[in-house]
Amino acid sequence: MPVEGDGALTSPATTPAFGSADRALRFDTFVVGASNKLAHAAARAVADAPGQAYNPLVVYGGSGLGKTHLVGAIAHRAREHRPDLRVRFTSGDELASTLHRAIASGQPHQFLVDHQQVDLLVIDDIQFLTGQRETQTELLRLLNVLLQGGQQLVLTSDRQPADIPDVDERLLSRLSGGLVVDVGAPDFEMRLAILRNVSQDRGVSFVDGVLDAVARMPFGNVRELKGALNKLSAYQQLEGTPVSVGDVRAVLGERAPSTGPERIEAIIPAGTDYEGFLADVLQEVETRVEPWRIQLGDAIARWRPEGWRVTVLERALNLTQAPDVDGLLRAFAAAVEHLRGLEAQAAAVDPSWAGHEAFRNVEAIGAAEQLLQRIIETAQPLPGPSPAFTRAALDSTPESQLALKAVDAVIAEPGVRYNPLLLHGPSGSGKSHVAHAIGNAMRERWPARRVACLSASLFVEELIASMQEGGTERWRTRYRSADVFILDDIHLLEGKERTQDELFHLFNQLMAQGAQVVLTSQRAPRALTGLADRLRSRFEGGLVVTLPARERPRLEHLVARAPGEPDRFFLDREKTVWEWPDLSGRLIEEYR
Amino acid sequence: MPIVDHATRLITCKLVYYGPGRSGKTTNLMYLHDALPSEQVGSLTSLATRRDRTLFFDYLPVDLGTVGAYHVRFQLYTVPGQPYYKAIRQLVLQGADGIVFVADSQRSRWDDNIESLQDMHANLAEHGVDARALPIVLQYNKQDLPASLVASVDELSAALNFRGVPEFAADATQGTGVFDTLRALGTRVMKRLGAEEGGAGSSRAA
Repeated sequence: MPVEGDGALTSPATTPAFGSADRALRFDTFVVGASNKLAHAAARAVADAPGQAYNPLVVYGGSGLGKTHLVGAIAHRAREHRPDLRVRFTSGDELASTLHRAIASGQPHQFLVDHQQVDLLVIDDIQFLTGQRETQTELLRLLNVLLQGGQQLVLTSDRQPADIPDVDERLLSRLSGGLVVDVGAPDFEMRLAILRNVSQDRGVSFVDGVLDAVARMPFGNVRELKGALNKLSAYQQLEGTPVSVGDVRAVLGERAPSTGPERIEAIIPAGTDYEGFLADVLQEVETRVEPWRIQLGDAIARWRPEGWRVTVLERALNLTQAPDVDGLLRAFAAAVEHLRGLEAQAAAVDPSWAGHEAFRNVEAIGAAEQLLQRIIETAQPLPGPSPAFTRAALDSTPESQLALKAVDAVIAEPGVRYNPLLLHGPSGSGKSHVAHAIGNAMRERWPARRVACLSASLFVEELIASMQEGGTERWRTRYRSADVFILDDIHLLEGKERTQDELFHLFNQLMAQGAQVVLTSQRAPRALTGLADRLRSRFEGGLVVTLPARERPRLEHLVARAPGEPDRFFLDREKTVWEWPDLSGRLIEEYR
Repeated sequence: MPIVDHATRLITCKLVYYGPGRSGKTTNLMYLHDALPSEQVGSLTSLATRRDRTLFFDYLPVDLGTVGAYHVRFQLYTVPGQPYYKAIRQLVLQGADGIVFVADSQRSRWDDNIESLQDMHANLAEHGVDARALPIVLQYNKQDLPASLVASVDELSAALNFRGVPEFAADATQGTGVFDTLRALGTRVMKRLGAEEGGAGSSRAA
């Protein structure tokens, strides 16, 4: 990675702000606890997909709590994934200095030009920009340019952006537009984990219980904690003897307050120390409580406050033997994601569905899906057949007998025989008439069944519109609810790969749920060369019947009535707009 | 068995101080209340009779704080020692994770000790609890009294400690042996964590 400090392009090893000393700033050396879990997750997401996850990402928290570690880890990981990624690591005051230098050299625009050339810009300690209106304005411009260009911005601050005094409102709003996460003070477990990591990294070992004793001291930040470890390590080296648990407080001095008041030692006779009792209890907890139960407990503690039903996890917790906890938790997380997706779709239709109980029960996903189905059905009815085309009005000729028999069989037993039914014939053979007639007959015969009848061009248009709105899943769900799906003129899908993909999945889903599929096309499936093989083969797998061309007798009839006029009409393959109330003026192909 | 709530990371142990009336059970709790870090003990709740003897029970919550991954809380109870409060003793004993039997070392209370110990076993049996499986420690209180008045630890041990459980000489008014007693019981109770983890430790005895 061409990692840069603020200034000339430099190699990672010599970059002042992100040099060799900071190589330890990786995710695997970052201890995750309750106080920084969210920040860690967000940082991982950003590192894995810069510019796509949370942009900008603002990490804030007190001094020494690991903000710089986290953003350093983002840069490292992003570089691991994409070695060509251009990363710049700077700080708020360096940014200000760079800008001032650019202004002094008479090239203020150079600041923007320079910083535009990065894919990932990390700005540490933006609180130093307080009161620097000029730098803030430039930063705002830079932010706008970078965000528009899809480049990732990561910023850190020692307080919430809104709490930094004297900051441009527009800049604040920009910063808050991404994700703002905090890192808090480490709790006991985190402190102990950090101490163990650091002592292991430094190859220093301590007598059992020493690190526990240090971790029990209420150090408010990680730097102080590491400082205490340094002190113990130095003491151990100089004295040549290991520091004992009892020495910890003496070595670290009175500055570090102890958790136990002194009166305990004064009252409770020697040899019966309270700390020792705690150590006994700790040992028992660590040896007796199985890790898989802790893992499940963690998961319950994580999901329950968010309103998720965790009974499946609670049942697992009550088992005598360890289940496949990882598998269970993966399945649970996947179910949660699925429900979130369903909830988002429901909320997109009607925001009042957001947070509904039905979308919180991982054991009732089916019910949630049905609810979503109902929500979508109520809000967006399926396109239906035009009432003008009826089964009774279909011409019965010797050539069309096979097609009509197939149509009647499908109407009598939808989804049972001849599924899919594909009718093909040249323009004017009455395909659309048949398609809509089947739709109407289905509605009449099976009023409870949901009939979708639409042209392939409308299908494409709707898909594109749903993609624009970000509601593709909703669009899919709507059609998946159909019991009868009639798609007219599928030859219009040739070359439209995305729509074919969607149709492929929809087709499979509909077939799996026993829905009847009827398709019409100008050509037989094997002649639809612009259609994916997987679709063609599936269409061939049903019943394919030919609708005979009807131009000749009608043409002869028209020629006899008005010579010359019909030729132009049919030879131009002109289309006619049918003004049906429910078609909203959509163009449908002339069927005659 | 202690209640382990993995979701809230909380381990709760119910420890009961049992023994004849006036043996010093409440004094044990009062000493602990004063001696333990103030932020870790709750207030000592005592419901006493007009004669200042325990009527229902004393209750002292002791919060050991976050120990390892878990928050550990001990709930210390005493039972009323007087024979006529048998029903209340049974009630308090229900769900106990461990028992401190506080014996009065005075020779004059010899029979009371034995009677109370038998009463304890009978009550446990009524709850369907096997006393052999329950962590129990013995405390011989009032060992500070003149030797002419009290039985020795050996004598008391021979009479009361037929199961060979941990035993401690104590002077609860001064605190001697009080913390050792609690520590011994607490540690033994914690050793039962996960022993019958079928119910995630949540099914208490009786």
